[in-house]
Amino acid sequence: MNPISQSMQKEEKSNSRREFLKKLPVLAVGAAALGGCSPEEIEEYFQQNFKTLSKEEKEEIVKNLEKKYSEKYGKEFTVSDTPATDGILFGYALDLSRCIGCRKCVYACVEENNQSRDPQVHWIQVLQMEKKKGIDLVHADIHYNPEKVPEEGHFYMPVQCQQCRNPQCVSVCPTKATWQDEDGIVVVDYNWCIGCRYCMAACPYGARHFNWGEPNIPDEEINPITHYLGNRPRTKGVVEKCTFCIQRVREGKYPACVEICPTGSRKFGNLLDPDSEIRYILENKRVLVFKEELNTQPKFYYFFGV
Amino acid sequence: MNFLRFLFGCFKIITKGGRVYYSSLFFLLVLIVWGGLGYLDQLQNGLIMTNMRDSVSWGFYIGNFTFLVGVAAAAVMLVIPAYIYDWKPIKEIVIFGEILAICAVIMCLCFIVVDIGNPLRFWHMLPFVGTMNFPYSILSWDFFVLFAYFLLNIVVVTHLLYKQFFKKHYNKSIILPLVLLSIPAAIAIHTVTAFLYNALPARPYWNSALLAPRFLTTAFCSGPAVLILLFQVLRKTTKFEIKDEAIFTIAELMVYAMFIYLFFTISEFFKEFYSNTEHIVYWDYLLWGAEKNKEIAIYSWASIIMGTSAFILFLIPKTRKNLLTLNIGAVLIYFSVYLEKGITLIIPGFTPDTLGQYFFYVPSETEIRTAAMIFSGGALLFTFISKIAIAILFEGFSIDSLEKKAIIELKNKPAAL
Repeated sequence: MNPISQSMQKEEKSNSRREFLKKLPVLAVGAAALGGCSPEEIEEYFQQNFKTLSKEEKEEIVKNLEKKYSEKYGKEFTVSDTPATDGILFGYALDLSRCIGCRKCVYACVEENNQSRDPQVHWIQVLQMEKKKGIDLVHADIHYNPEKVPEEGHFYMPVQCQQCRNPQCVSVCPTKATWQDEDGIVVVDYNWCIGCRYCMAACPYGARHFNWGEPNIPDEEINPITHYLGNRPRTKGVVEKCTFCIQRVREGKYPACVEICPTGSRKFGNLLDPDSEIRYILENKRVLVFKEELNTQPKFYYFFGV
Repeated sequence: MNFLRFLFGCFKIITKGGRVYYSSLFFLLVLIVWGGLGYLDQLQNGLIMTNMRDSVSWGFYIGNFTFLVGVAAAAVMLVIPAYIYDWKPIKEIVIFGEILAICAVIMCLCFIVVDIGNPLRFWHMLPFVGTMNFPYSILSWDFFVLFAYFLLNIVVVTHLLYKQFFKKHYNKSIILPLVLLSIPAAIAIHTVTAFLYNALPARPYWNSALLAPRFLTTAFCSGPAVLILLFQVLRKTTKFEIKDEAIFTIAELMVYAMFIYLFFTISEFFKEFYSNTEHIVYWDYLLWGAEKNKEIAIYSWASIIMGTSAFILFLIPKTRKNLLTLNIGAVLIYFSVYLEKGITLIIPGFTPDTLGQYFFYVPSETEIRTAAMIFSGGALLFTFISKIAIAILFEGFSIDSLEKKAIIELKNKPAAL
């Protein structure tokens, strides 16, 4: 080694501490940036996938969220993490011959599940179809807007998450932020979703919706009874979807869309219970599943009751 | 310590250049700032600043990502013919191909980052720290192969250049297997990227087994097109030597690729239009638009016309072996593939959406500015790395040159005092 590089090496050694000191301001800036966030925000950032957490960890997260939402919306909030019950597999049936396309279900869902009003998010899309064409998406219209429904020569087909037994959205998710729970409901952990929207490309039913901007709900319209995997308030940049009103059905209630339907077209129940209404329909009516050729195996059935 | 001097030397190289060099740096910086300000808007307000919505949930960003995966893959695939035909400057071809690949992969990752709703949660998809959905999600595969490919290229390039800098021989027993491995890896990144779209039964437009083969053929058109132009520039401005024959051979290989690409496309068209199932709606939108909305159709016809003209220019030996018409053809095919991957591959897949509804998407200003930021950032990176590589390979930038300089400076110092 020549003398020049040797001398430079010595200098280099004595410099190492100075070098570190020089880095301090950078570290300080980083710390300040983190300091700008509250400890809760930092903790939330490092929170793990909800599915992998222990019962205690879940309870603590849920408690923190209740506090956070109560402060934000000025209302007492409950965030539950009620798990699936053994022996229950939820199923849904919709009577195409009764539906009149009034969209009451669409808006009941929005209110129950705290969907953003502006930008507008709808978990249920109602397709207006021509009777003479049958179920034909090319001629289906979502934006129908007559004075009065039903319109002559048309029938209506509401579409929401079909809660597939073989959900493509779950297989494609790169982070396991969405999964099918034991009672068959496909849920999303909004704190774990990175917003890549691969699930939206994979869903054949347009059932997944993205928060393109910050969701907005007037404080007085917010529903404070929530479930962690369901209708709790979302943030921008995450995907959301129908959960069969997980916050209601896991407490033994019907989904909001079933309750509101003025024609009784919507039926809901436990597929594993042989005495349930849903089982009666499956056994006594002619049912079909939407896009059955894709082998998604929905637990959402359409039927013609009359 | 030597490494620090190497870095310092590199820094000197990239900050020194002629008027053309400085003005192009300035131009790129202006574009980066202009694009960056647009991206800032998106960071603050969310992806609502783009024109993507629930119906068309992927757009220009994912299109650019797909295109750049192709560029990254093809640059390295040129190594195969370089070996087979025994072109003289094989080491240089490997180095510049891999530098292009490194920059393209970085741009790919940038396009993914700007596309996702929560970029800060990126770690959720990593193994161990997050919950990577491996092997079920093709996106986790894609991330894995892209990352491996990136590492492979960076190791090869830095090793070759660093050893040359120290006037030592590179370690052939390590480098040769790595270079050979990078060839299947290049094929893998593009195949896996095609599989991202390919196996979604919800999207009939992509649900064709020809998608991955088509990806590879287009990559073999666009990647070498960049390198053909680059080699000519290098040949003019540095001591880099590449014979016309080598360039014409690349062009000849591109003709094969173009022919297969054309054949695949015609096969796809035939199957869709002759069978005329309900899946034809996507192809109708691609070629004719829907009602008054013909934005995408304009791009697809531009791509078809440019691609076919390039094919004719490359097919006729007279125009293939003329550098002017060859370069025109290279530019045409590059932009043809860019439009195909960037616009007409992704958007018709979503138009109409899965419930048959039409949402007419064209990129918003924010999307164009963000893309401009990433492309100019990538170009800047490529310029810097290439400049260092050129200095090491052709201009004698080495440990000796640095030491000589240091000695001269030391000798001059007392005199100046």
